[in-house]
Order: sequence, then structure tokens, then C-alpha cells
Amino acid sequence: MPWKAISPIEVYKLLPKTNCKKCGEENCMAFAVKLVNMETKLELCTPLLEEAKYKKSYEQLKEMLTPPVREVELRSDKKVVKIGGEYVLHRHELTYINPPPIAIDVDDTMSKEELIKRINFAESFRYTYIGRQLTLDLIAVRSVSNDPEAFKKTVNFVASNTSLPLVLCTLNPKVMEAGVSALPNGKPLLYAATKDNWMEMADIALKNKLPLAVFSPGDLDMLVSLAKTLLNMGVSEIALDPGTFVGFNGLRTTIDAFTMLRWKACNEDYDLAGWPLIGTPITAWKMVDGDSQTKAWWEMITASMLIIRYADLLIMHSLEGWVYLPLVMLRFNIYTDPRKPVAVEPGLRIIGNPNEMSPVMLTGNFALTYYIVSGDIEAGKVDCYLLLADTEGIAVECAVPGRKLLPDNVAEILKSSGIEKKVKHRILIIPGKAARLAGDIEDATGWRVLVGPLDSKDIPKFIEEKWKPENIKKLMES
Amino acid sequence: MAENDKTEVLSAKIWDLLKKYGEIVLEDVEIEVDELELIFQPGVPVAIAKPVAKAVEVVKKLVEEKFKEPEMEWTGKIVEVKIGATKSEGGTRDRTFIIGGETLPAFYMFKGIMPHPPVIAMDVFDMKIKLPKSIRMHFEDVMEDPAEWAKRCVEKYGADMINLHLVSTDPYIKDTPPSEAAKVVEEVLQAVKVPLCIGGSGDPVKDVEVFKKVVDVAEGERILLNSLNLDMKLEDIAEYLKNKDVVIIAFTPMDLDKARELNRKLYDYVSKDRIVMDTNIAGIGYGLEYGFTVMERARLAALKGDTDLQHPIAAGVTNAWAAREAWIKMDPFWGPKEIRGPAWETITGLTALLAGADYFMMMHPYSIRTMKEIIKNLLEGSPGKAEDIYDWVSAKLG
Repeated sequence: MPWKAISPIEVYKLLPKTNCKKCGEENCMAFAVKLVNMETKLELCTPLLEEAKYKKSYEQLKEMLTPPVREVELRSDKKVVKIGGEYVLHRHELTYINPPPIAIDVDDTMSKEELIKRINFAESFRYTYIGRQLTLDLIAVRSVSNDPEAFKKTVNFVASNTSLPLVLCTLNPKVMEAGVSALPNGKPLLYAATKDNWMEMADIALKNKLPLAVFSPGDLDMLVSLAKTLLNMGVSEIALDPGTFVGFNGLRTTIDAFTMLRWKACNEDYDLAGWPLIGTPITAWKMVDGDSQTKAWWEMITASMLIIRYADLLIMHSLEGWVYLPLVMLRFNIYTDPRKPVAVEPGLRIIGNPNEMSPVMLTGNFALTYYIVSGDIEAGKVDCYLLLADTEGIAVECAVPGRKLLPDNVAEILKSSGIEKKVKHRILIIPGKAARLAGDIEDATGWRVLVGPLDSKDIPKFIEEKWKPENIKKLMES
Repeated sequence: MAENDKTEVLSAKIWDLLKKYGEIVLEDVEIEVDELELIFQPGVPVAIAKPVAKAVEVVKKLVEEKFKEPEMEWTGKIVEVKIGATKSEGGTRDRTFIIGGETLPAFYMFKGIMPHPPVIAMDVFDMKIKLPKSIRMHFEDVMEDPAEWAKRCVEKYGADMINLHLVSTDPYIKDTPPSEAAKVVEEVLQAVKVPLCIGGSGDPVKDVEVFKKVVDVAEGERILLNSLNLDMKLEDIAEYLKNKDVVIIAFTPMDLDKARELNRKLYDYVSKDRIVMDTNIAGIGYGLEYGFTVMERARLAALKGDTDLQHPIAAGVTNAWAAREAWIKMDPFWGPKEIRGPAWETITGLTALLAGADYFMMMHPYSIRTMKEIIKNLLEGSPGKAEDIYDWVSAKLG
């Protein structure tokens, strides 16, 4: 059955109902509401954990709130990365929970310089988007040498040079054992158990209490058989890799496998599919012919499709900023909670030190619009007033045809913001993309409208050319 | 002999595991139970050999965990919309396209392949407009001549169709009169033989006049009109289109209720198989998630039986270029804009593809090539072979 919203009343009944506020909420009902919206963690209710009389309730609640795709935590000394933990197949059914971390690979035949270069790439990758930091998340250490000692040395070196959690990649149990022994702390993901090595790999995972990935390319029967086997043996956390095929020979198999596995987990309660899915776009480097740019391109393309189709972790090889930039933004978009528009408060923003003759500009309250426009204005050192109309978090170019930027709302915000007392002129600069509304806004507000540039990067130039005393005078008098 | 040695090692292992876990699971092991007993017999007491044999039986059962394909039932079907008309059908096109007809969510290939492959159309404008350099460089010399521009798209870049945008008719741009705009349509109809999609300027009043003229000059060609929306006087334009051989894009801005409302209004004038919906898509970082989810919801609702949404979906993937990351110069770390741009457009297109879009409006030749290749991989590709990737973990990569 597809995920059904749990009633907060059902949850509330099982909570202590003491309103002790230890969870940080005002009362147990508020906590219950947050729990069913997946906005808080059950474990924040400490009495539930500590007091024996609540033990049964806790178990029941845990069962109720466990996602159909189990959550697995990977850790380094400094960072925690969660994978899986998903409730729904489609984001509109609730929201997606944990954005799939991207792991950059290194291998045990690389020189120290190369290792450092790749680690630094992953560590320093950072892109600021609507005020959030988008990053890369993991290092995947592969054994190419197939030599336990070499792998151990590399894992050790990587671990001491990165803050990111690791994925240890080898199909040779002896090599895996050596790698694990180099990591006394932390919780890496072991990649991978296969039809050939599962017994020994399970042994290592059990001994070290580590999560173990199952790799069964193109064979879902084997994948679930292995999953079942490992779980029966006592491995407590697993992840599933049905194989990432790139291009004509298998992309279809891969998209089908990810779709079927996630469907089975979310819509049919099929436990064996209810684990994080691992995508390895890195296989583009094996399967695609051509130069490294071509391989990187197809790696990116494959990764983007797997972000849409349910991957919970991606292992990649490229070392190009352009490969990851669209991916981290796509990932951010898709994992944004659809229940909350990415909006900022509408109203007045003061940029720089404006005076009574400074320009007044209008834009929407889509978070991205605000960050870009204000960033451009600040960069151009323009002192001005920026009015954010309530476009319900929609970008201006969609808000205009979508009638989310209405002249009446503009009139309202001119009044409520108090801008009429701050400036002497009555000229409103509107976005170039809202040019069509110029006349209607003039009619609704009584202000003169000056149509600004199509892109906010041109605002400084626009102000320099157009915002001159003689122009202002002319506009006010016309 | 060697085979026997292997089996013996295996037996020892089984024994170890039995001690540890009480029960084990084996797969891909091709030894028979009595074969196992035979090997155990010399050194191991018969009484112990028996549980081993039993364990192997358990193993066989467990190994047979079959992955059962998802069970699902979809009751709705997307209408099939035919675009273009050949000579025998009263037009002059070399070929026509049918889009729609789906009975499954996008790319659920384990249940079936989509009946008609998606169509990739390229944008052409009726005047030289500002375009990002990485697109402009492919069309610089033909941007003053829409007919040549269209030819380039079809002949060099393999466009299935042409989206001709009559942007110059915008009262705020050139305010080109409808009759003049219609001439450009005639020129493009002469220049290329693929079906055409004709767009206006987005001005709801002017577009009505422009569309009337366009439909008249393209009579019989079954063009796709881009687009009718709720801001227009539908009783005027839809009434005019009623008995013309033309299909329509119904545009609504990321709002399912409005999409239903517009479709229902149009049903008063045209049959369902003449309507394609555009629920609006935005580029990565610029509202893509809204567009994606509205599109996905529209398609799923249609398949579940919502008869107001059972139309093929058009996606204005070119919107991806509104994202600055697609065209501005950035720190060299992020690579040249010449590659970021097509990456943005392609990934935005793939997002729409996986949400269920059927008709794609795009611009960059490399994005179009990649989209076509992905569609081919998905619709015609061969199953993955394990040996192709099995050793990725230990492969030395470039």
C-alpha cells in the first residue's frame, strides 16, 4: 500500500501526554504533529526511552514511524551522512527525506598527490544556492591493486586526510578486511557482497557491525536472495545495488530496476527492497567510448536520471565542477519539501544606505529570486529599497503568466511596507519580465512604473543610466 | 580432482558456518546433496553429515527468493494526438507524429514500452533575439532568416519538428501585424517538411489575432498551436479553431486545477485528441521541482482515471536557459559555460522525460542529441550484461 498519512491523534495516544517539553515542543500534541510530518525524531522524547512504563508505546511508535526504506547512517569522526529513510515513491505524496550523498572515488594505486587532489576536490566543493551550501559528501576508496596491504595503507591515508565518511569498495574479502582494520573509528559502507563473496563479506560486516552493500548487476532475483541471506545471517544494515548500466546496453535495465525496487518498498511493503539504493554512474568510465569529457558527460547524465529515479547514494569518478554543479542543484530541488514553498517573507528590504530619492524596485518572494536580485544590487553597490511582493514563492517569469504577481498586491505592499513615507518620488522599477504589467500596476498604485532589465545582473548599469535627477523629474511630471 | 578439492574446501566452509549461524544459505552452488554426503563420509561421522544435508535443503529454498515484478493497475489512457498532415491528408508535410497513448507512468518499461516515442522539437524565432552564446554560435548566420534557421535545425541537428515563435508580434517588441507574421509561417512551411508548432508572443490579446491568421495560412497542415491559456478570450479563439485542422497546446503555469479548468473549457470547442497540455517546466535551480511535480502528478492522475488530464504533455525545456549557471561566466572550477549550458538543458529535459512529457521544445544541438540517445537507450536498448560492469570496483579508470 502506498504510504498513508498517520494521524497525529494515533501518535499522541502513545506519547506520555505530560507536556514536559523535553522534546523542545510546547506539548505532546505539537510533538505528535511534527512526528507525523517527519519533522522531528521520536528519540527526542526522552521519557519514552528512559521510563520502563513507556517501553511498549515506544516500540509501537517506532513501528508506526519506520520508513519503508530503512535509514542507514554512515559516519566519520566528524560527519554523519544518512542514506535511505524514504517513505514515498513520489515526492508529492509526502516529501523525500535524505538527499542522496555523492561519493568521489579514489583508488589504492593512486599516488599521494593524486589522492590529496581528489580528496580536496570533494572537500572543497561548495556552491551557495539560495543561501544553502551544496556539497559533495563521501569518499569511495576502491581497491584496484587487489592487495590487502596497499588497500589498508590507502584507506588509512584517506581517512586521515578527509572529514568525509567512506565507502570501502572491493569484492575481495581479504582486501576488505584489511581496509576495515585501517578504520578503527567511523562507520563506512562496505561495498560489496556479491554472489561470489557474500559469506566472507557478511562475516566482516557482522564482526565489525558495519552496513554492507549488495551488488547484483542485472539480476534482481539474486539481489533479493543475497539481501535475504545477509539479513538472516544477522547483518543489520544493508544497501542494494542492482547495477548501473550506462548507454544502450543496459540503461533501461537500470531505470527499471531502481523503479521496481522503490515501488516494491513503498507501495507493496516488500521488506527486502526496503533498503537504500546505490547508483554507480562511475561505470560510465568503463562503458562509454570516447575522451574523458565524453565519459564525464554520460556519467553526469546517468547520475541525473538516478537522482530522479530513487538512488540514495551515488558513486562517481569525474573531477569536473560542471559535472556536479547541475547534480547538486537538481538534488536540492528534488529533495525540497513540496509542502513548503521555497519563499522568503514578502515586504521591504533595505539595501545599502538609501535616501528619500533612492530607487524603489519590485520583485517576487521566491527565495532564489531574492538572493540573486539582492546579490546583484549589493555587488553593484546600488543603494535602494527592494520590495518583495508575495508571489507565493514563485519566480517572476512564472508569476506573471500565472497571475501570482497582481497589480492589487503590488498596491497593497506599497502601502503596508511604509515605503511611501521613506521616499519622495513615486517611481517603481519593476522586473523586465513583468513589463506586461506596467500599465496595470500604474493604474492600481498611482505610481509611475519604470520597466527594469530582464536580468537583475543589469540593474547596476540600468540605475546608472536611467536613475538621473532629470529623468526622475521627467517621469514624475509626465 | 581439482573439482573435488573445491568441493571439499566448500564443505569445510559450510561446516564452519553451520557452527556459527546454525543455518546457512547457499546459492549458485551446483552440488547435489548425496555428493556432499559422500565427501563428508570418510572423515565425518554420518550422524553429523545429516544436518549438513538438511541445511543444504533449506538453502535451496531460500535461494529461490524471486523478485516479483510490481503489481499495478492503471485505468486511464492518454489520448493520442496527431500533429502534421501529409499530402494524402491534405497537408504538405513529409511525415506526421503521434504523441500520447500511454497507459503507464513514464518509463515503466518492465510493464510496457510507451506507444509513441517522445518528439524533440527545436525553437526558431521570427527575429534575431538575445540568446546565450553557446546556442547562438550554432545559428549566428541564420538568425535573421527563420526559414534558414528552421532548415539548419532539421537538416543539421535532426529536429523532429520546429517550434516557430512569433515573438516579434509582441506589442512591446515589434508589434508585427498578424498578416506579416503569417508570411513567416508560410516561408517556414516551404523551407522544411516536418510538422510545425507555431507560438505567439505570450500577449493574450495579440496572440488571438496572430493565431487566427496563422491557422488560415497553415490550413490543412495540422500545426500545433502554442498556446492557449486562461488569460485569453477562449470563446473567441477556441471558437475560431473549432473546425480547423489544428491541434492546440493548453498552457497553465504549474497549477493542476488550472490545467483541468482550461482543458474543460476547451472541450466545449475541440475534441480531446486535439489538446496537448503544457503544465510549465522551469530549469534546474529555478523552480524545476514545481514543474516536475506538477507534471508527474498530472500524468499519474490521468492514468488513475482523471479524464480532464489525459493529454500528452509538452515541456518548454528551453526555460532551462533562464538559469544563470547555464550561461554566465563562472570561476574556472565550474567549467566553461559552453558545457554548463547544454548540461542544464539536457538534465532539465530528462527530468521532464521521467515525469511523463511527450513533446520537448529545446535549443542546443548537443542537448537534443543526448536526449535522443537517452530515449533510444530506454525504448530500444538491450538488457545490461553483468560482465560489463561487474569489475568496476577494481578497474583502473582514466
